[in-house]
Amino acid sequence: MISFLIKRLLQSILVMLTVALIAFALFRYVGDPINNMVGQDTTLEERADLRERLGLDDPFFVQFGRFVVNAAQGEFGISYQHRRPVSELIAERAPATLELSLLSAILAIAIGIPMGVYTAIHRDGWLSRAFMSLSLIGISLPTFLIGILLILLFGVILRWLPTFGRGEVVQLGWWSTGFLTWSGIKALIMPAITLALFQMTLIMRLVRAEMLEVLRTDFVKFGRARGLPDRYIHFKTALKNTMVPVITIIGLQLGAIIAFAIITETVFQWPGMGLMFIQAVREVDIPIMAAYLVMIALIFVIINLIVDMLYYVVDPRLRVDRAATGH
Amino acid sequence: MTLLTIKGMRVEFPSRRGHVTAVQDLTLDVAPGEILGVVGESGAGKSTIGNAIIGLLEPPGEMTAGEITLQGDRIDTLDEVKMRAVRGARIGMIFQDPLTSLDPLQTVETQLIDTIRENLGVSEREGNERAVALLDAVGIPDPAIRIKQYPHQFSGGMRQRVVIALALCGEPDLIIADEPTTALDVSVQAQILDLMKGLCRDRNVGMILITHDMGVIAETADRVAVMYRGRVVETGTTEQIINHPTHEYTQSLISAVPPPGRRLARFPLVTYIEDAQERPEGLNLETHWLGQSRDYGAASDILLEIENLHMRFVTRGSIFPSKRLFLDAVKDVSLSIKSGEVFGLVGESGSGKSTIARMITGIYKPTSGSIRFAGQEITGLTRKDAAPLRRQMQMIFQDPFSSLNSRMRVKDIIAEPIHFHGLASSNAEAQKIVNDLLDVVGLGAQAAVKFPHEFSGGQRQRISIARALATRPRFLVCDEPTSALDVSIQAQVLNLLKDLQSELDLTMMFISHDLPVIRQMCDRVGVMRHGQLLEVSETESLFTNPQHEYTKHLLDLMPKFTGFGAQAAE
Repeated sequence: MISFLIKRLLQSILVMLTVALIAFALFRYVGDPINNMVGQDTTLEERADLRERLGLDDPFFVQFGRFVVNAAQGEFGISYQHRRPVSELIAERAPATLELSLLSAILAIAIGIPMGVYTAIHRDGWLSRAFMSLSLIGISLPTFLIGILLILLFGVILRWLPTFGRGEVVQLGWWSTGFLTWSGIKALIMPAITLALFQMTLIMRLVRAEMLEVLRTDFVKFGRARGLPDRYIHFKTALKNTMVPVITIIGLQLGAIIAFAIITETVFQWPGMGLMFIQAVREVDIPIMAAYLVMIALIFVIINLIVDMLYYVVDPRLRVDRAATGH
Repeated sequence: MTLLTIKGMRVEFPSRRGHVTAVQDLTLDVAPGEILGVVGESGAGKSTIGNAIIGLLEPPGEMTAGEITLQGDRIDTLDEVKMRAVRGARIGMIFQDPLTSLDPLQTVETQLIDTIRENLGVSEREGNERAVALLDAVGIPDPAIRIKQYPHQFSGGMRQRVVIALALCGEPDLIIADEPTTALDVSVQAQILDLMKGLCRDRNVGMILITHDMGVIAETADRVAVMYRGRVVETGTTEQIINHPTHEYTQSLISAVPPPGRRLARFPLVTYIEDAQERPEGLNLETHWLGQSRDYGAASDILLEIENLHMRFVTRGSIFPSKRLFLDAVKDVSLSIKSGEVFGLVGESGSGKSTIARMITGIYKPTSGSIRFAGQEITGLTRKDAAPLRRQMQMIFQDPFSSLNSRMRVKDIIAEPIHFHGLASSNAEAQKIVNDLLDVVGLGAQAAVKFPHEFSGGQRQRISIARALATRPRFLVCDEPTSALDVSIQAQVLNLLKDLQSELDLTMMFISHDLPVIRQMCDRVGVMRHGQLLEVSETESLFTNPQHEYTKHLLDLMPKFTGFGAQAAE
């Protein structure tokens, strides 16, 4: 277990270094950073002087090393556009994205898994068929379209929910939350549903497929043959076995929710990291782009690490203790 | 008073192309404490009976006629809720594969206690006491400790004991055991059968023992019902059925079991089976392989020589060498096989038999040691240099279902090695060779355009044999070629292999765990255990005068099945 964890940590560091290299290459090779910083009337001498002061004429590896050391401390330099440290900007925007993602993930899991289980158990029921048909819509309609349709219905026609922004937020230290005000919660509903819908249908279909597979196994049949009731077989035996492969996908999807909140944030003008990233791309604000890239990679790596450890919790076969295996 | 009575049972599986009748006119009864054996070959409807009794027929199968009575209560008409009270508490069931019968994610304790409490409604503490007592009763040492473990921490035989304990949780009066020992080694099989016999006697529990193995029936059952194509063709006491079978099918089924006591020239065939096929005449060397003879030199006296062969697998990798775990699958094995000889390799699962076969044919690379084929060392050869030697040795695998590519036509499957080794100048020539090979194995050229799924297990194994012969090999490695087949089919395939061996002057390595089969097939035999070769001797002297303790032990465990067939052949 420990050696496995160490191995995984080393792999994660390697992944992060690779991502850092790409992020660094953005800085270094997409346009000239000096050009981006100074005005048009700066003389060549001044430029060369600035270049030297910022260490931009150092060898590649020295610069990369400096970038990694800074990034490890959360320093990604100063945004060209906002003239403020990137770390500050991210800290400001992160709560919005994380709250949105968290709610979406909870929605996707809390609705997706029970629906998957239901459709697997009542395979031919009319409700299952309805779920399956609806899920086809969820999986095939693009996110932005769902967002726009929701805005049209609940925002424009019915006027129940706000169509953009976070509503009122409350500051808890550096964290700004929308959960504590009525308008904040109202503003959260539509973006969260939009973001969750695709993941929800995906989880539902996955759980259904895995569960059907497990329900065909010998141990389920043996369970029935020794008189265990359906509720026990479905939820204690089958669901647990279903979760082993499902956990991986859910983990990856959580990362995807955070990383690809961009579209939802754009549609709803949600003041999160995704929106900031889109604006940064428009303005060629490379420090923000690089920081976003590294952050998303970090989130994926951390989630994967957690998923790997969850395997150990769920599946005893991975907790290898050969000494106890015997005849 | 009888425990269970089945009268006129009929089970049908409706399908788009009409109803398939799996079981018809079935009438059986079981008394308390009695073991009723139900024997038959695959597809005879044995397992369907068990599933129908317990009300767990795979949909869309249903019982369309007849009645089942358990202790005077009719149970086939009960609804799902009432039927659940019968399952576990009155009828227990044991399945074939102990590796897949247990929930891998829950401890044995949870599975046992939950089953006991669901069935008997006792307190948690009493459930726990009963669970430990049950594990003790099925012969699991240190039950209080082992009960905390997960199924994967038990060996196959131990898991089957756990399965039996689970089946006993609700204190049933009847146990249905569906091939309970088929997945186990001979020595474990004997222990499990003893255990089941003892439990039935002590607890006065009736048992229906479903199996394809006459040996198991002979040692365990009190009475036997023989099934053929969904019908019971004969019922009687075990002694009666084995020694004086009256139905023709039973007679041929019993005579097809290879006798352990003697060596026969050929395996008796089950003539009762309509599609039993045997090649009409011997091999015509004029037309075989376009009349070409083998293009490699005359065989030396010793064809294959293995010296100090060793194979080590890493079971747990680690960056620290001291933390690594290894499994030595083959330890320091030396043997030699003479030209034209059939060399048998026998041992229980995990003894390293198949690993040796895979090293000879180049699937595994040995850790150390040497393999010489026709005087040439083959261990260090490159792929290209080894190709002409690989051509001379071919392999036949155990599972006829997974060893043929299901997306290729039979003619392409057999032609593949011919093309790979560049043995035919044109496609037409290759097809001629293929057609001839199909004749040789008794399938006929019309099989060429079909796909593997259109064939039965025995026919598929014939296709495997044709494919192995496609490169005109002189050395065949047969790795348990018939253990997935029914006895009647086994007899056909083994006869075919025997004929081909003498007609084509093949040298063979024949791997099996089945001692009677080894005795019929092989000239010399090597006995393996835990990766070591314990003893090599002439087949007859191995059986009559075994040297090693383990060989004696194996021979003791061999089912002493000498029934009707043995007498009839005398």
